[in-house]
Amino acid sequence: MLEVQNISINYGVCAVVQNVSFALRTGKIIALLGANGAGKTTLLKSLNGGLATAHGKILLNGKDLNSYSRREIAQKIAVIAQENETKFPITVLEFVLAGRFAHGSAFGWETTGDLQIALDCLQICNLAGFENRLMNHLSGGERQRAVLSRALATEAKILLLDEPTANLDLAHQAMMFRLINERCKNCHSSAIVITHDLNLASEFADEILLLKDGKILAKGEPREVLTGENLQTIFDVKVLLDENPVSKKRRVTTIY
Amino acid sequence: MNADQIKKNKKFSAFLSLGVILFLSLLLTIFIASLLGSEKLSFFELNESQQAILFDIRLPRILVGATIGASLAVAGASLQSLLRNPLAEPYLLGVSNGAALGTMLAFVFFAQIEFARPIMAFAGASLATFAVYQMAKSRAGMNTERLVLSGVIVTTFLSSIIVLLTSLLDAAKLRSFTFWLLGDLSQATKNGFYLTLIVAMLGTIILNSQAKALNLMMIGERDAFDFGVEVKKTRLIVFGTASALVGISVAASGSVGYVGLIVPHLVRLAIGSDNRLVVPFSAMVGAIFVVSADTIARVAIAPRELPVGAITALVGAPLFIYLLRRN
Repeated sequence: MLEVQNISINYGVCAVVQNVSFALRTGKIIALLGANGAGKTTLLKSLNGGLATAHGKILLNGKDLNSYSRREIAQKIAVIAQENETKFPITVLEFVLAGRFAHGSAFGWETTGDLQIALDCLQICNLAGFENRLMNHLSGGERQRAVLSRALATEAKILLLDEPTANLDLAHQAMMFRLINERCKNCHSSAIVITHDLNLASEFADEILLLKDGKILAKGEPREVLTGENLQTIFDVKVLLDENPVSKKRRVTTIY
Repeated sequence: MNADQIKKNKKFSAFLSLGVILFLSLLLTIFIASLLGSEKLSFFELNESQQAILFDIRLPRILVGATIGASLAVAGASLQSLLRNPLAEPYLLGVSNGAALGTMLAFVFFAQIEFARPIMAFAGASLATFAVYQMAKSRAGMNTERLVLSGVIVTTFLSSIIVLLTSLLDAAKLRSFTFWLLGDLSQATKNGFYLTLIVAMLGTIILNSQAKALNLMMIGERDAFDFGVEVKKTRLIVFGTASALVGISVAASGSVGYVGLIVPHLVRLAIGSDNRLVVPFSAMVGAIFVVSADTIARVAIAPRELPVGAITALVGAPLFIYLLRRN
């Protein structure tokens, strides 16, 4: 479980995140929504110690995040971020095995167990048979699924996802969220997802945090947070709110 | 044993045999190189003066060539992974020039102290590495253009200081220094060999210990951090060790350029990017490459000699342009 207590993060003198508090409980998915530059990625980066907080505390399983070693954090928290292209010929399997780094020794080779986990994760993400392909030869969507496989290969209980569906087609967007959802409900995991897709957030998130200028504007269940007023404040657009006839979840349609 | 284990073990044995083949090739290269030269030596019979040539002059030179080849290739391979850029090369980044300036300062001001040259070379290499790294990184990360440009700036700046310092040298010293600056193994000694061997072996072991972390750094610093690499520690170890390897090589033989570019590139072409293999294999291929280049330098216009750096640059510069265009 991850508990964020009143944290602020500064870039130089500029406060990017201010007094944010929330708790991520086992089995839950939190969607982090906000306009560009609202501080979503900055907040997400701080949650695994990637950025120092100016004040406030982050507790991982009840203990201060700073008291864990890098490897211990990596065993417990996996990150899915936008992937940069690498200039080296790395195979998909080598890429996914990077997710096992924190588990083995810092030297030496991966075990057969590591290899099996990596292959299983590739299979889950519809990438079976891709293990010897080069990362640079994959399409954007395939690469994004390799990134997901790598995060799943860590077997971490907390997933932090920064726009995981950015490069994915409709089918794989649904697959990605279904996978995350299953992982959270069946494997005692939990996830924080940054997304710009309000409807995906409404479908899959247990809770939504709306960020504006580094502060929380609203938090709560999707139906409570995704209101016309909130969305007007954040995005400065008018929206039509109704119900998805199948899932009965709130549906947001932009009015152009 | 399941199918994957068998597959993995097969891969291992293939790499192991490749390692053995490379090592034997290195021994063969050293053997052939020791027979070739302005004075051709016979394998079967050596007179006294020929023995002196072989053991006091030629062999130390060849062995220093092997160790600096290994050092430069390993330093290049690790720096490339660390900086996520296959174009990073000690010579092009100005690291070699930093070491050259250090060596030269030692040469001019502390000529009487035996170990001043390697120590000052190491200091110069470290400072140049640090300067290039600071200039190349920005908040958005480090791209190829910034890195190459920073390398050019540091290289030209250090070159100009070197040129200013050469005005302090007399004509005879100047000639030998200019030759050395281009990469020259003719001053190699037995003591020089022991020192470069120790540093090359230690450096390769240390960098190999970071190979798994470097595999992640190669994908991205951010990724490496997220997946459990102590990025700052790894960066410090790799920069420090690579600087020591380049420093000791430059102190022994001047700036032999492009070894750190060509060798890791060839190794990656053959076996992929896993640094746990790239680092040790680069060491062996680097040794073979420099010993071969130096043999060409010795015999091409014998009895006169070419600087070995000129030969490696002849091969390296076109490859650099090719890689840059492909980038």
